[in-house]
Amino acid sequence: MNPPLEPTTPTAKRSPALDPYALRGDFPALHQEVNGHPLAYLDNAATTQKPEAVLEALLRYYREDNANVHRGIHELSRRATEAYEGSRARIAEWIGAEGPEEVVWTRGTTEAINLVAASWGGSNLSEGDEILLTEMEHHSNIVPWQLIAERTGARLRYVELDEEGRLRLDQLPELLTERTKLMAVSHVSNALGTINPVPEIARLVHERGALLLVDGAQGAAHHPVDVKALGCDFYAFSGHKLMGPTGIGALWGREELLDAMPPYQGGGEMIRVVKPDMSTWAALPHKFEAGTPNIAGAVAMRVAVDYLDRIGPEAVLEHEQSLVGYALERLREIPGIRLYGPPDPEERSGVVSFSLQDAHPHDVATILDTEGVAIRAGHHCAQLVMRRYQVSATTRASFYLYNTREEVDRLMDGLDAVQSIFGSTGTQ
Amino acid sequence: MTTDVQLSSLYQQVILDHYRKPKNKGDLEEATATVFMENPVCGDEIRLQVRIEGDEIVEARFVGSGCSISQASISMLTQVLKGKKLDEAALLANRFTEMMHGDETAARDRSLKDLRALQGVSKFPVRIKCALLGFDALKEVLDRSRSEE
Repeated sequence: MNPPLEPTTPTAKRSPALDPYALRGDFPALHQEVNGHPLAYLDNAATTQKPEAVLEALLRYYREDNANVHRGIHELSRRATEAYEGSRARIAEWIGAEGPEEVVWTRGTTEAINLVAASWGGSNLSEGDEILLTEMEHHSNIVPWQLIAERTGARLRYVELDEEGRLRLDQLPELLTERTKLMAVSHVSNALGTINPVPEIARLVHERGALLLVDGAQGAAHHPVDVKALGCDFYAFSGHKLMGPTGIGALWGREELLDAMPPYQGGGEMIRVVKPDMSTWAALPHKFEAGTPNIAGAVAMRVAVDYLDRIGPEAVLEHEQSLVGYALERLREIPGIRLYGPPDPEERSGVVSFSLQDAHPHDVATILDTEGVAIRAGHHCAQLVMRRYQVSATTRASFYLYNTREEVDRLMDGLDAVQSIFGSTGTQ
Repeated sequence: MTTDVQLSSLYQQVILDHYRKPKNKGDLEEATATVFMENPVCGDEIRLQVRIEGDEIVEARFVGSGCSISQASISMLTQVLKGKKLDEAALLANRFTEMMHGDETAARDRSLKDLRALQGVSKFPVRIKCALLGFDALKEVLDRSRSEE
């Protein structure tokens, strides 16, 4: 007989404040059969499902208020502008910005980072300057910097990862030099789940007189965000990772930084006066918003943020950590499994990444799919992480507020099926 | 909809055997053509080496890593390639591609030998590219030898 669980074990000490079974009712996509089984959607680090309220907001906007923003004098344009700008103000308040002018709408995290790399980087970097990245970064927080480094002659340096998927912060004092102009780091790793100590990193970066950009794609959705408390200079995040639509996201930046940056793209909306050979720019944040924006997306992202806020980001993180703790406990029972990321669920958000001895991640994903369990197999757009651990791909299950322990059990049952096909001692 | 029956036809014993104990794996001395192919989306990789004498493939070996389908497919392919004329190899690649796209008559073609076990992959559209990776390498080999003529 197993001894009773000590109350100090990570899975036993928490009693999740949120009820995933109740919340599931709000998400139409979760209620379907896939390959003859109820869907267990465990690919939330890729994108999250949308609650009814978000879907309604999208439809309502197009049905009732659809008009272009900041242009028309008519009623619909007034309503659209009010909803669009109201959403910006709400997002600003939610992340603790000084005001809405510090929040720039983008297509998502990727565009937000590209904006900073091209605009800030293009006017502040020169030959021999250094940008500090980490091995943990998603390609969207590497490639934009490579592009601007090539244009400006700046150099990229990388903080390494330790064996357990944490950043080697002990390397920071050496890697941060007088030439370091900016460090870009993820809030939470999409491939490992590691939550990075952003305030501590911010302090070290600022001591060197550099700026800190945080890739919050996996942060804001799973973790309370207060840009002041984080101490960063830029924070980039996406709507679709936090139950909002795809194609909308935001860049937060300190006002004086955004103010000094040149426009990213040219077009309507971002100008004040256009003359044949020169133009002047609109005030923040419109200077960075050329063209008709994703108005419906912005309006619906606010509804997603309201939904998330009502549940409470702290409760979401606690729920995810409880699921991660349970999943890790059960995964460790599989002989020969390799787990990536910190062993303590308290150091991570809802991501578990692993590889099995005998089965390749793609075979695992195919077999799980036939059981209705959706997970991700591959390099998770983090090839530097894969290189660090010398694997070409891992299997990743990622949880959100609507996932249950039963779904973790479904994952484990699916892995049993994998073992019975691929396990060296399995059935023949 | 995929079913358990489709799953067991995907992972037939002969496929798992080739995956666990691949045939013709390793470097080929005196290769006349070497082609490296990878699927950047999933990280599967294959390096196919062949020795061509006249218009005949006399030897074929590979190295690579990846999922069971990609690795079993190239292992089976190297077995079939040995002793094939170049135009026969091209025909084989076409037959296999037809089978992947659901052509039942192609699946009955005995010249495909063990490769016929991969017919079940056609029911898993996202995995077809895994089975075809080795054939992409073969097509590149054939293109090169044609352009050398």
